[in-house]
Amino acid sequence: MYNMTLPWWGWAMMLVGLAAFIGMLIISIRRNHGVKRSLFASPYILWMILFTVVPVILIAYYAFTDANGVFTLNNFRNFWDSNYESNKVIMEAMGELGAAYISRGTVNVDTLVYSLWMAFKCTVICLLLGYPAALFMADRNMKLGSTLVVLFIIPMWMNFLLRTIAWMSLLEDNGLINNFLRWLGFEGVQLMYNSEAVLLGMIYNFLPFMVFPIYTVINKMDYRLSEAAADLGCNSWKTLYKVVMPLSVPGVISGITMVFMPSVTTFFIPRMLGGGNTMMFGDLIESKFLVEGNWNVGSALSLIMMVLILISLSILRKADPNGEGGGIA
Amino acid sequence: MKKFFSVLFLVVLLLPAWAFADQVVNVLNWEDYIDEAVLAQFTEETGIKVNYMNFTTVEDMIVKVETSPGAYDLCFPSDYIIERMINKGMLAEINYDNIPNAAQTIPYLQNPAYDPQQKYSIPYLWGTVGILYNTKMVDEPVTSWSILWDAKYSKNVFMLDSIRDSMGITLKYLGYSMNTHDIPAIMAAKTKLIEQKQNGIVKAYQVDETKDKMANNEAALALMWSGDAQYAIDLNPDLAYAVPEEGSNVWVDAMVIPATAKNKENAEKLINFLCRPEIAKANCEYVRYACPNAGAMELMGEEYTSNPVQNAPEEVLAKCEFFNDIDSTFLSVYEAMWMEVKNTK
Repeated sequence: MYNMTLPWWGWAMMLVGLAAFIGMLIISIRRNHGVKRSLFASPYILWMILFTVVPVILIAYYAFTDANGVFTLNNFRNFWDSNYESNKVIMEAMGELGAAYISRGTVNVDTLVYSLWMAFKCTVICLLLGYPAALFMADRNMKLGSTLVVLFIIPMWMNFLLRTIAWMSLLEDNGLINNFLRWLGFEGVQLMYNSEAVLLGMIYNFLPFMVFPIYTVINKMDYRLSEAAADLGCNSWKTLYKVVMPLSVPGVISGITMVFMPSVTTFFIPRMLGGGNTMMFGDLIESKFLVEGNWNVGSALSLIMMVLILISLSILRKADPNGEGGGIA
Repeated sequence: MKKFFSVLFLVVLLLPAWAFADQVVNVLNWEDYIDEAVLAQFTEETGIKVNYMNFTTVEDMIVKVETSPGAYDLCFPSDYIIERMINKGMLAEINYDNIPNAAQTIPYLQNPAYDPQQKYSIPYLWGTVGILYNTKMVDEPVTSWSILWDAKYSKNVFMLDSIRDSMGITLKYLGYSMNTHDIPAIMAAKTKLIEQKQNGIVKAYQVDETKDKMANNEAALALMWSGDAQYAIDLNPDLAYAVPEEGSNVWVDAMVIPATAKNKENAEKLINFLCRPEIAKANCEYVRYACPNAGAMELMGEEYTSNPVQNAPEEVLAKCEFFNDIDSTFLSVYEAMWMEVKNTK
């Protein structure tokens, strides 16, 4: 009934390839000694090629071509001047008169700067909230430590979209919090539809990614080091500052990475909790693809974001050269 | 590349259907836009299996039809998209001999500008764009778009996060056509929308969330499509809907058959089935938009015909206009200006 675009030998080749791959895998598992260990990595390598390498190549291809597949740098000009295409149309339609209606569009650059600023705020607040929480959870004298870990994990069983929608019904003008305030006799306040609500949603969603790396590092730490510091005359504040904190740097680094990356690329949260009043870079890319149908500019924006993330990762890597915090950075 | 992957994806997606059914029709429709019980009834009556698929934006739909030729037999695009598809040669002429029920289409929609002799499309549902408002929060009658700029309703207005709709009603408010190619007019609309945002009147720009939030008394006024408005009014009787006197947009979603369709006759059977008054009535009552089917209107009777939200009166329609297809090059002006509005802090 459907057009199979692959000819029969194409399917045959795919089948043979797959069979050979599975066969080799079985052999390598049964006779581990004769086969190179790297064979075990092949499922992952295949996965990576299909779902990471190929998509990145496609994004790069779209970013450097126009709608007809011809090489161009205009998509990056579009990033710098969001009115680039529209200015061309205006000049063509109006000639010299058009000059009065032309200006550089700062939408894309503004949105990127705003997203970085929001991500920075989110990361700092997550660190300030997360570090003490991790310390608290890892404390040996605390019987509740492992219970707290579970309590932190439980909300993550639910999808983050649903959790964000749940925040909506709390923060709305007729939401639970405002209804409660009114019941107490206070005036309702507008909690949602602003960038503070967006920040709240981001912190709520990304806080566990800060807490867990730090918790793991502190938990693994040799407790006797703190005891030695105390023996040698450090009070507990000084122990924290001189011993625990320096040793927990790798956890902090990977926490920062794991919060900062998804924060920059956040989308959906600004639309739900911010009422679409402030766009973040993720929303912008989404609208390029889905609303304007402009895959080329959308890909260029994605590429720019990927490069920015790579740069920030390499900076972070300098602070944790041995990758002790799990080697994420 | 894009084409190859879409086809591969589709093939994988549709394999079960391809393996089992002999008579099928592949349908691509908006999400939540049909009473699915009627599809089961169609299969029962004709033995033709319906592969029912969804799209979320018209861009999405056009890409799907273009990149997987033969995968779809029946689509439900909006008016200006039909114009674009006709110009691109993407649609097949409909054989009216197979669709006697097409005669049920109301006269107002029988000779539309987007498809002059109705060679390619048969209306499915239609409606207007207007203001949904809460009568407990809005005292004055809603007669003009200016109410969406009234400082009284600061932080109390939901706008549509949809370029053509939000720009369009602003152009109408300023006395221009919604389809204008006049640069100063578009600039004036942008300035007006930025003013609206800077004065703090807009509470949020959203699409799907609005109807439920309005039903929950979350804002006083909202720019809204008539069917979503009717849905909200059903939930909350304090709400009302009005199309301002400056005029607005009237739109049609119609049934079309792609030129590449593999099961054209089955698609025509399904169109004929969907045009049967009882079936059109069921869909209209489920989706809540306006019904283009005279027989169904008769079946629904007074309750439907006297409801101005669904069955827009003639004097309202006289002031409304259809969207024309604006080609993608010029559309970039609309898109860039809307982005400037969204970017205003």
